[in-house]
Amino acid sequence: MVEKGGLEKAKVIIREDECKGCGLCIEACPVDVLFEQNVLNRMGYHPAGYKGEGCTGCGICFYQCPEPGAITVFKKGYVEEEVT
Amino acid sequence: MAKIIRKSDSFYPIYEHKSGAKDVTHYCPGCGHGVLHKLIAEALDDFQIRDRTILMSPVGCSVFAYYYFRVGNIQCSHGRAPAVATGIKRVFPESIVISYQGDGDLAAIGGNNIIQAANRGENITVFFVNNAIYGMTGGQMAPTTLVGQKTTTSPRGRSVANEGYPVAVSEMLATLKAPVYIERVALTDAKNTNKVRHAVRKALQIQIENKGFSLVEVLSACPSGWKMTPVQAKQWITDYMCKQFPLGVFRDTSAEIEPSPAVKNEFISHDLFKKLDIPDKPFRAVKSETPPVNYQNPRLKIAGFGGQGILLLGLGIAQAGMQMGYQVSWIPSYGPEMRGGTANCHVNLSNKRIGSPVVSQPSTLIAMNLPSLEKFECEVIPGGLIIYDSSLINRPPARKDVEVLGIPATKIADDLGNTRIANMVILGAYIARTSIIPRQVVVDTLPVFIKRKNLVPLNVKAVDKGIEYVSQ
Ligand SMILES: Cc1ncc(C[n+]2csc(CCOP(=O)(O)OP(=O)(O)O)c2C)c(N)n1
Ligand code: SF4
Ligand code: SF4
Ligand code: SF4
Ligand SMILES: [Mg+2]
Repeated sequence: MVEKGGLEKAKVIIREDECKGCGLCIEACPVDVLFEQNVLNRMGYHPAGYKGEGCTGCGICFYQCPEPGAITVFKKGYVEEEVT
Repeated sequence: MAKIIRKSDSFYPIYEHKSGAKDVTHYCPGCGHGVLHKLIAEALDDFQIRDRTILMSPVGCSVFAYYYFRVGNIQCSHGRAPAVATGIKRVFPESIVISYQGDGDLAAIGGNNIIQAANRGENITVFFVNNAIYGMTGGQMAPTTLVGQKTTTSPRGRSVANEGYPVAVSEMLATLKAPVYIERVALTDAKNTNKVRHAVRKALQIQIENKGFSLVEVLSACPSGWKMTPVQAKQWITDYMCKQFPLGVFRDTSAEIEPSPAVKNEFISHDLFKKLDIPDKPFRAVKSETPPVNYQNPRLKIAGFGGQGILLLGLGIAQAGMQMGYQVSWIPSYGPEMRGGTANCHVNLSNKRIGSPVVSQPSTLIAMNLPSLEKFECEVIPGGLIIYDSSLINRPPARKDVEVLGIPATKIADDLGNTRIANMVILGAYIARTSIIPRQVVVDTLPVFIKRKNLVPLNVKAVDKGIEYVSQ
């Protein structure tokens, strides 16, 4: 997937397959834009998801999450980048 | 700051661990280890030190850290990471050496290791994950388990009367003079996690600037061991752990120390020889005489009383053998008491690589007292050689399938004025009988292993007496 750069809005991407459903990111998000999904991932966890709107790009969820690759945070004005 | 916050390059893209998916760690949901890994990896990226970082992983849940960090990795035995880190850092001073340890690893079995490394002020960075429990083995009590905390081995809660107080590692190490930076931080909310991030970076920066020893104690959640949800576990750190383990900086002298470049200790071999008092010329790699087949590649057991110079005799044979270009090994085995007890040592000289230094079936036995002869006679291989001190042993060996050489070594030494050089008489006898080492090589090597140089001439005399006795 190629993300177009210079976007005005911050956002967060959660790789559902790498999420262990611990809920720490959801608990910590200051603007409450993360939620626990109903689906089960391949490891049998309910992964966190982004509500799709309102992320400020603060990065707090990234630093709460124990999984190296589960969360990627894009700050406002991030440059073009290929995200796989 | 970067516009995109994501998985660090200092992690491998995929983890080659044996079980489970290759893109996730083996840590439980909500485990503090994962978060600390991320903070360390990010610092390695930002400081551009990944290529020269060597990480010591411990025994504990983080035993597999080497599957994740794309750096040099060594998995150390339990609690010994600071000792391994010391060795690595001293050999590669320009490397960044991280000792990553849990509380069982660092504060229980490895307690003394960390104290000594801190006290020496090793220029290493220690990340100490205090989760108040043995996570890996299923939640047993650790030295850091809180008063009242239930674990599988403190099912009624840790009691001070029975198990003592939790060990406050940071406070304890801060009583030492050498450490440069010691801080306790906690992986809880965003604010505290940011402090962990800064502490990690500071500790690494101190090593980059060669300022000395730093340790960051990280209070960290173990939801599985504590039997809590990840969110509850974080709250428990705030409500309980931080009370018994107050956060803060316990030592920081980093501002007072000037940064300095890494100094590489160069290994100069001839210098080493000089320092060890070994002749500064290449070893004679050629064996000047070929001993008869049955004496080649000898496996020796040398035994007697403590005080007879048994170990020194073995050392002399090994040292001279090394001079000849043989592969050699020497291992001592002390009796429980040093003097008056029994002593023996195992020596190998070989044209081939030596597999084991242990000699259980000697081709040559040197027995300098009766108990040694009685004990080891049966071990000698058929066709082997037994040399014994006939002035102290009043019965010759009973074996008929071996070659026997009795020599009154102690008596000869006594006549030379010093009974303690009986071992050198035996050495002379041994080389004369076997031609394994020329006399001149032994004479050249004596000053290397005889500490009191004024005794060297007397020792040469003793060797010559041994040679003379056999040649008669
Ligand atoms: C020499 C030795 N003794 C004991 C063990 C068993 N053992 C494995 S991990 C561990 C303690 C782990 O606790 P900690 O260091 O706190 O790490 P954690 O798993 O909590 O991160 C012990 C005692 C071992 N592997 N080796
Ligand atoms: S970056 Fe900040 S605002 Fe966005 S989801 Fe994460 S915690 Fe919430
Ligand atoms: S913190 Fe990470 S692992 Fe936990 S729920 Fe959020 S994304 Fe998943
Ligand atoms: S047992 Fe505890 S320390 Fe070990 S991985 Fe699980 S949560 Fe982490
Ligand atoms: Mg532990």
